[in-house]
Amino acid sequence: MNTKTTVLGQTYQFRDLKEVFAKANEDKSGDQLAGIAAADSRERVAAKQVLADLTLADIRNNPMLPPEEDEVSRVIEAGINEKIYNEIKNWSVAELREYILSHNAGDSEIKRISRGLSSEMIAATAKLMSNLDLITAAAKIRNITHCNTAIGQQGVLAARVQPNHPSDNVQGIKAALYEGLSYGIGDAVIGINPVIDTADSVKDILTMTKDVMNKFDIPTQNCVLAHVSTQMRAIRQGAPADLIFQSLAGSEKGNNAFGIDVALLDEADELMRKEGTSYGPNFWYFETGQGSELSSEAHFGIDQLTMEARCYGLARKYNPFIVNTVVGFIGPEYLYDSRQVIRAGLEDHYMGKLHGLPMGCDVCYTNHMKVDQNDMDNLGILLSAAGVNFVIGVAMADDVMLNYQSTSFHDIAAFREVLGLRPAPAFEKWLEKMGIMENGKLTSNAGDPTIFM
Amino acid sequence: MEQQLDFLVDKVVAELQKKLGEMGQTAPAGTQKTEVPATPQMEAAQKATSPTVREQLALPVEPERTAHVPNPKWQEGLNELLDSTPARIGVWRTGVRPLTKTMLQLRRDHAAAVDAVYGEVSQALLDEFSMFTVETQYDNTENYLKRPDMGRILNEEGVRLLQERCQKKPQVQIVVSDGLSASAVDANLRDVLPSLTDSLKSYGLSCGTPFFVKGGRVASMDHIGELLQPEVLVLLIGERPGLVTAHSMSAYMCYRPRKGMVESERTVISNIHRQGTSPIEAGAHIGTILSKMLEQKASGVKLVL
Repeated sequence: MNTKTTVLGQTYQFRDLKEVFAKANEDKSGDQLAGIAAADSRERVAAKQVLADLTLADIRNNPMLPPEEDEVSRVIEAGINEKIYNEIKNWSVAELREYILSHNAGDSEIKRISRGLSSEMIAATAKLMSNLDLITAAAKIRNITHCNTAIGQQGVLAARVQPNHPSDNVQGIKAALYEGLSYGIGDAVIGINPVIDTADSVKDILTMTKDVMNKFDIPTQNCVLAHVSTQMRAIRQGAPADLIFQSLAGSEKGNNAFGIDVALLDEADELMRKEGTSYGPNFWYFETGQGSELSSEAHFGIDQLTMEARCYGLARKYNPFIVNTVVGFIGPEYLYDSRQVIRAGLEDHYMGKLHGLPMGCDVCYTNHMKVDQNDMDNLGILLSAAGVNFVIGVAMADDVMLNYQSTSFHDIAAFREVLGLRPAPAFEKWLEKMGIMENGKLTSNAGDPTIFM
Repeated sequence: MEQQLDFLVDKVVAELQKKLGEMGQTAPAGTQKTEVPATPQMEAAQKATSPTVREQLALPVEPERTAHVPNPKWQEGLNELLDSTPARIGVWRTGVRPLTKTMLQLRRDHAAAVDAVYGEVSQALLDEFSMFTVETQYDNTENYLKRPDMGRILNEEGVRLLQERCQKKPQVQIVVSDGLSASAVDANLRDVLPSLTDSLKSYGLSCGTPFFVKGGRVASMDHIGELLQPEVLVLLIGERPGLVTAHSMSAYMCYRPRKGMVESERTVISNIHRQGTSPIEAGAHIGTILSKMLEQKASGVKLVL
């Protein structure tokens, strides 16, 4: 494995794969905080140059976090199709990038090759892609999933309606839910982040959302984003959960910090097979985001982009209905400004799609990041053009429970209108029946939440 | 860990709010945070039924909001929805975009939050309380945001100043820091500090030399603890600003702070601002907690309140 190169007359010798991977990343405050980022642009391009010439076998044979030491690595290893891998193991990362972007590789071809790729190989290609490369490649991949309804089709932009309330007041949640539905938002999921992580509270919110779905015959799915073990207790007590949720990290240690491991995910998976209320076959909702491993000191000196890819490697074991990268939630010490957030959003979406996952993105920021609503407009449009499966809808983008800003109901309606995208087919039919949408456009009733009262 | 602690605190308060809600009162704007158990104010609030009592207790009052839906199917229903959540609903639209006033309101609230992060605490205010300033290794705001580790250590000059000007081994050490919101200090210090000092006096506790830390993080209290060796330390620090309020302050308290402390060894009262835990109440409550820490020689999860 060659880790030496010369750029602009200067020779660079990298220590190992971890160093090449970290330094080949675009600029991120999280990699700087971890002390692993490239010192300057020249070193960054040197690392990219070295990475471009490495073979896929080099990456697999020199594991950054060996399977013997980490169960996420074991899941990723076990998921690789050896036959496909053997066909391409002598490809360089540059060749893989060019194949993915070539006209020879359509949706089916990419899906096949994906089965022979590890998360680290996928991360490697992202490091060699420009923002437009990431958009072009992702736009070719349609990962359609089905829970109660299907999303992810060509020309569809779905959305999670996120009607959070600062004290889990069921009436208050319902109010924001009605507002969202009246803008045509909620085809991906009606998903609430609870303040109170108890089975009773989860059950109350699941029951309320299910009642609303039944009363108005809404073709979607519900979910309460409590800890997976809390949701399992609620489900065992008979709570109507269409989806089960959990945040993922890219290492066993990182997952332990979230209070989970593969055994617990397997148990939840089994429970949903037996007691879930949805049609399936996809019933998981995962969330991820660059930097979470570093924040729990579980990154093993590996860069945040690669750790994020490993989350997707774990996620694909469970054939989720939706996966969401909460790209700007974690704070400026991981993604400092709009440039970094926009880059990370496009990287995550592409890497998830190449893993075969139904990727969505919470296009979002906290108030101590150098980001504002205009930047969210930009990233939202870029991801919509890249074929993102869903984005997050919050009333006027202001989440009054989690205290951060995302995309608004208006924003999603605008993404659809500007790019000619539509809600999920079953949901659009329902919107027409309710008089909210006509020929793909909002009617004069849209925006009046009292039509549900 | 800070997030986890906040989360626990949020949970407790949410339960309180739920109880309030069950009594027919609307939930206040923003996530309310306090620590376990509830402040006397909160306990009183649970018992309070009349609006006048709520007003006297300076409990959160929703700013007046109006819906802009021109011809709602049910006008009264719309008001009901607005009363049930602080979320920005009933805002209407022009085409698929928000109305100008709704858009500007959001931008105003965001501007206040950003100003809080990049603002500076008023020197006149610090002079009023005779506080001198030390700095951490943060260097500048950009670096402060990117490198939380540098906000946890005082710079050389700061160490020298503390050694020169502060009483060593005090019973109670009070420290103030801008943290992520300078305006939180500006908005609350005049109320929190006098009531805290009064409360400490009433418990017969003595205070060291208070000072201000520029560019501080919560764990800067560990480094200060090493240098001054107080019995207990309270750090009043600006919180990450939200859109509901940019002026929220937290009080982190610790028994014998030192390097290597874990978050669970700290006790916190958060959401100190006029619409949250009132600053005057908070000051008094901090005094009570500090006296209990001294009695029990413990803080954080080991402290029984």
